[in-house]
Amino acid sequence: MQGYIIRRLLYFIPTLILISIDSFAVIQAPPRDFVTTLVVQMEARGDQVDEDLINALRARYGLGKPLWQQYLIWIGNILIGDLGVSMAYNQPVSRIIMDRLPWSLLFSFSAFLIVYAIGFPIGFLSAVRQYSIADYFLTFVGFIGLAIPNFMLALILLWGHFEATGQALVGIFSVEYAVAPWSFGKFLDLLYHLWIPALIVGTAGTTGLIRIVRANLLDERKKPYVTAARAKGVSETRLILNYPVRLAINPVISNIGYVLLALISGEVITSIVIGLPTIGPVLLRALQTEDMYLAGSIVLILSVLTLVGTLVSNLLLAVIDPRIRHGV
Amino acid sequence: MNDRERVSVGSQSQTEDNLLHETQADSSAFSRASQWQLIRWRFLKHRVAVIALGVLALLYLCALFAEFVAPYDPRSIDSKYTHAPPQRIRILYNGQLSLPYVFPVVKGRDPQTLATQYTENTNAPSRLRLFARGDSYRLWGMLESDIHLFGVKNGRFMPFGGDAAGRDIFSRTIFGARLSLTIGLLGVFLALLLGILLGGISGYFGRTPDVLIQRLIETLRSIPTLPLWLALSVALPDHWSIPQRFIAITVVLSIVGWADLAREVRGKFMALREEGFVRAAELGGASTRRLIFSHMLPSFYSHIIAATTLSVPVMILGETTSSFLSLGLQAPAISWGVLLSDAQHFRVISQTPWFMIPGLFVVVTVLAFNFLGDGLRDAADPYAN
Repeated sequence: MQGYIIRRLLYFIPTLILISIDSFAVIQAPPRDFVTTLVVQMEARGDQVDEDLINALRARYGLGKPLWQQYLIWIGNILIGDLGVSMAYNQPVSRIIMDRLPWSLLFSFSAFLIVYAIGFPIGFLSAVRQYSIADYFLTFVGFIGLAIPNFMLALILLWGHFEATGQALVGIFSVEYAVAPWSFGKFLDLLYHLWIPALIVGTAGTTGLIRIVRANLLDERKKPYVTAARAKGVSETRLILNYPVRLAINPVISNIGYVLLALISGEVITSIVIGLPTIGPVLLRALQTEDMYLAGSIVLILSVLTLVGTLVSNLLLAVIDPRIRHGV
Repeated sequence: MNDRERVSVGSQSQTEDNLLHETQADSSAFSRASQWQLIRWRFLKHRVAVIALGVLALLYLCALFAEFVAPYDPRSIDSKYTHAPPQRIRILYNGQLSLPYVFPVVKGRDPQTLATQYTENTNAPSRLRLFARGDSYRLWGMLESDIHLFGVKNGRFMPFGGDAAGRDIFSRTIFGARLSLTIGLLGVFLALLLGILLGGISGYFGRTPDVLIQRLIETLRSIPTLPLWLALSVALPDHWSIPQRFIAITVVLSIVGWADLAREVRGKFMALREEGFVRAAELGGASTRRLIFSHMLPSFYSHIIAATTLSVPVMILGETTSSFLSLGLQAPAISWGVLLSDAQHFRVISQTPWFMIPGLFVVVTVLAFNFLGDGLRDAADPYAN
């Protein structure tokens, strides 16, 4: 077990490095470099372009030096907590991200709970009562959930809410609570604003989970050991709960990383449509304005978060399944 | 009476005989059928999957013959039809059944609020014609014609309404299918090539290649796809033409998408390596190539097919979402995502709900691919149960 954990942690490091290279590639992706874009935008606004500032920025990011040196400068700065400066917000990237990240986490966590609270029971029911009306209905609803793009679902729900109540459900608080100090009313208001986006973000993950649980449970139920147990007279309930469910849980856990990915992608697009104060809209704005240090840092942070999630799911899997901890 | 009874009894036993023969014939046909035949039989029994295949075939045909199916040029602007609501096809005229016809819409102003409004001109019904003449076009840039699947003589017939520039949303949706539907197939094809190659190497050979490829797969899989797609789309130069952007976006989608398929393939290879029949073949002296291509790959075609079919909609959704945010394909390119980007805000939708109709096509396509994938997965394993 210890060996497995150490190996996993060691694997973590090269993956981190690859991810940082990837995020750096995002920064380098636009045809123009960061400072050139800045100059173009300042000139477009009619601002005075301060030569000293430009030169200082160039020196700071090592622009003009070979790429690998730029990468090392960038990664070195990150290690001491300096993610660079956003020109669109005119603030340090780290501060923008710290302002927004808690909301993103809260939001993703709610969605995560929804995914597992809804997905597992439904997948289980669907497999145990295969080909029943409930199974067909749930499978169909699941398919629909998988098929509707998140942004469409968000728009449709916002529209429905607007038609029904005449109020726009945007942002994370209603107007009267926006600047009010924390109170129970404000908390309820937050929940009210949170559940629709959390549900939207959760749909894709939930339907994915339903499929996985259902398919795995069905696979396990066909195996000879189940038939053998049935032949020996084990009751159907125990038959399912004792072994197939235990085995079908493995893929569910190994899919935590996948669910996280779906959540983060969903969070980004849903927040953009609904206008939540999370990372998503910042990423979009950063990309539209080619504010690449901000965009690259966001990609980096989101990736590291998912990576940690995957690591945790791998370790959990090893705890639950001895074949994994001893094999491979 | 007696005779008739005897006859009926006789015919009954005859049918029983027939049934017996049929079942015998069935079982012998079953045992003689090739694997692909079994797969076909089994697939045809999966009714939802067959319907899904039909729907997809129809959609792809529409995309292929977009110029013919769409009644109008998707780029022709007409200020008489800006934000025009969808028109209904009517089959009752003065209470009597008639051939399908439509009423032309006329743009006017509300006398009180001065807002634009459309009224139907009920005095001038226009019959809906099949193979009507309309805008001239060149099918695939070669065949010149002006015959469309349907059309009307007076005014326009816009079943999905008009957009902000008065362009026909139905025609645009049909043309949009071209990019949206091919991006999924092409992207998955590229991803599959990469996935089978790298996943196969990783799963079959294990050791160092496995470790390296695993790192790569895990890295790619731990990067949230949407932010990465969006970020990479920014890298595409603005001056690129539509085909260039299209290909670049397909590549971006498949670079992100191959990891899942590779993981699937790797997992299967690792599981199969331990199976008795593979050991047996190995001990029997089968070459590596034979082991992989004759023994291992065929036993998980089903999974590859299912995973591939299920990846297509992921790519279609990816294109739709990034184009919706105007970071993927951009106007003047026409794709479903580009069309949906007109409906950015729910207030737009509450004014002009028909802007969301292209979204229905996305949903139907994705659903159909999912159902098809499920049917194929069941069918490709014809010996199970």
